[in-house]
Amino acid sequence: MVERVDQQQTGRLGLAGWGFVLAWLSMVGVAVFCVVVTSASLVLVTVGIPLTLFTLPWLRGLADWHRVWTADHLGIPIARPYRPLPEGGALTKVRSVLTDRATWRDLLWVLVDGTAGVFLTLLPITFLLNAVWYAVALPIVVSIVPNTFNANYGLFDVTTVAGALATGIPIAAVSIALFWWTTRPIMRAYARMTRRMLAPAERDRLANRVAQLTESRAETVDTQAAELRRIERDLHDGAQARLVSLGMSLGMAEDLLASDPDAAQGLLAEAREATGLALAELRDLVRGIHPPVLADRGLDGAVRALALASPLPVEVSVDLPGRPPAPVESAMYFAVAETLTNAAKHSGATSAWIRLTYADGRLGVMVGDDGRGGARQPADGGLHGIERRLAAFDGTMMVASPVGGPTIVTMELPCVLSSVKTSPSSGTA
Amino acid sequence: MRVVLGEDLALLRDGLIRLLSANGFDVVEAVDNGPGLLRALVEHQPDVAVVDVRLPPTFTDEGLRAAIEARTKVPGLPVLVLSQYVEQLYARELLSDGRGAVGYLLKDRIANVGQFIDAVRRVADGGTAMDPEVVSQLLASNAGNVPLRRLTPREHEVLGLMAEGRSNAAIASKLFVTDKAIAKHTNNIFSKLDLPPSTDDNRRVLAVLAYLNG
Repeated sequence: MVERVDQQQTGRLGLAGWGFVLAWLSMVGVAVFCVVVTSASLVLVTVGIPLTLFTLPWLRGLADWHRVWTADHLGIPIARPYRPLPEGGALTKVRSVLTDRATWRDLLWVLVDGTAGVFLTLLPITFLLNAVWYAVALPIVVSIVPNTFNANYGLFDVTTVAGALATGIPIAAVSIALFWWTTRPIMRAYARMTRRMLAPAERDRLANRVAQLTESRAETVDTQAAELRRIERDLHDGAQARLVSLGMSLGMAEDLLASDPDAAQGLLAEAREATGLALAELRDLVRGIHPPVLADRGLDGAVRALALASPLPVEVSVDLPGRPPAPVESAMYFAVAETLTNAAKHSGATSAWIRLTYADGRLGVMVGDDGRGGARQPADGGLHGIERRLAAFDGTMMVASPVGGPTIVTMELPCVLSSVKTSPSSGTA
Repeated sequence: MRVVLGEDLALLRDGLIRLLSANGFDVVEAVDNGPGLLRALVEHQPDVAVVDVRLPPTFTDEGLRAAIEARTKVPGLPVLVLSQYVEQLYARELLSDGRGAVGYLLKDRIANVGQFIDAVRRVADGGTAMDPEVVSQLLASNAGNVPLRRLTPREHEVLGLMAEGRSNAAIASKLFVTDKAIAKHTNNIFSKLDLPPSTDDNRRVLAVLAYLNG
């Protein structure tokens, strides 16, 4: 996980203030710890089951709050490690959350946060308040009641305002310096400690990843099998059937050639028509498998071709330093095609745009339209199909479509570009 | 009429040579790859070239690129491009220099020998031959065009045939009406689409295609 430094981060004063809040939250955390542990230990006497399900979200909520806080204020994002809750009864759920390693790590974190955490988070504000006390409060107190501190501090005399200032200012200066130089490192150390405890353990992360890959592989295999079945059916009912009828027409024409040349001619014309239809069907089939323009021109040219073919005026901008691998190009092509079709069909848009970019090892495609928005992702809809297709490549899709528009679909896919830049030939204006 | 042929499938190449020779064309060279095609086109400067889009070595759009490049070296070189599928993008690239004398047809159309030979001749004469499939793609992508929606169904039909590259006389005979009736339709189309009228068939076709290509 990379720490983001580019984003706006909270200043020192803000961090000191937050530290104070965090310290109190640590105390809340300890209380939550007690409640959760008590609930969990009551599981054996049944009442603990609902109690655990009721109290555990407090723990997770607190941990989630910290995850978001470190990302927002220190640019250290922390992933959520929890297993998804299974379907089923309360007992199944309790068993799942209690066997989830993340739950136990959360509990351990609460204890560490309640001790080391409190210490760290209170340091910055302590430095700050210390400085304020010595530089401001001490002289004021001494000026009002000169003998508040009757004893002097060793070498220092704090019975007079001048003495108080002479003592307080250097101490305040050291405090301020400590505050200034250590607040950020301290809070970052706190955030890293939190991350170490709250981020998914490597083992869990890998387990999650394997589960995710298993699922997406199963889906990919299903999709592929369905696709092959569709191709088989299309060939069987289409081109193959046409060729059979073509053979019949030719055979009959052969028989009739001598006896009835006119009829034979009619049959030959029919045969020629049948070849045309067979070719048209094969063309459509090929387009659905791997569009020739994609093979010829890559994603850049193929997306431009899509834009041209769309009934909407589509503005295309492409910034790709090379060509993605062929399977990625194909997945992205069909995703763009489907999205564009959706835009033209359902959005009531008058124009659309497509942007292709590549940054940080990710191919990004945005498709926007000026339609009425409100696009949803129903489980069986076209958009969901795109999502599944992209998921096979670890790609993601996001739909931003507020009612009233505009709709922007963002698709991202990690891939490596080949360095060869295929320049489109002239005249693609 | 001298023809250069670019086609890599031997079966189709031989068929095309036979077909063109039988119809009075002289095939001066038949090549089976992109670089060879470019050389042959520039060297022979034929009256017309018949070119397959997909050629070795890359088996992508080698033929199309060779044809377009040859036309930059020999401006207005008549080229008829054949393909297993048609792509609006390629039609636009072929037309983009505005000189005409281009054709872009599905290979299926060779089966109708009369029409195919007619298309080759038309391109050789500086005309245009666009596949009906290209034209229907063009019209579909102009579905939202308001002036186009003002055309009557008959005018739409005439517009489509014009975009395929046919002359007024050819359209008239195809639709079984008089030349005068077609001339009236064309005038209506041009005024509705706000295009400058022209009496020259080729220029009319190019104007219509340029309009549809937006």
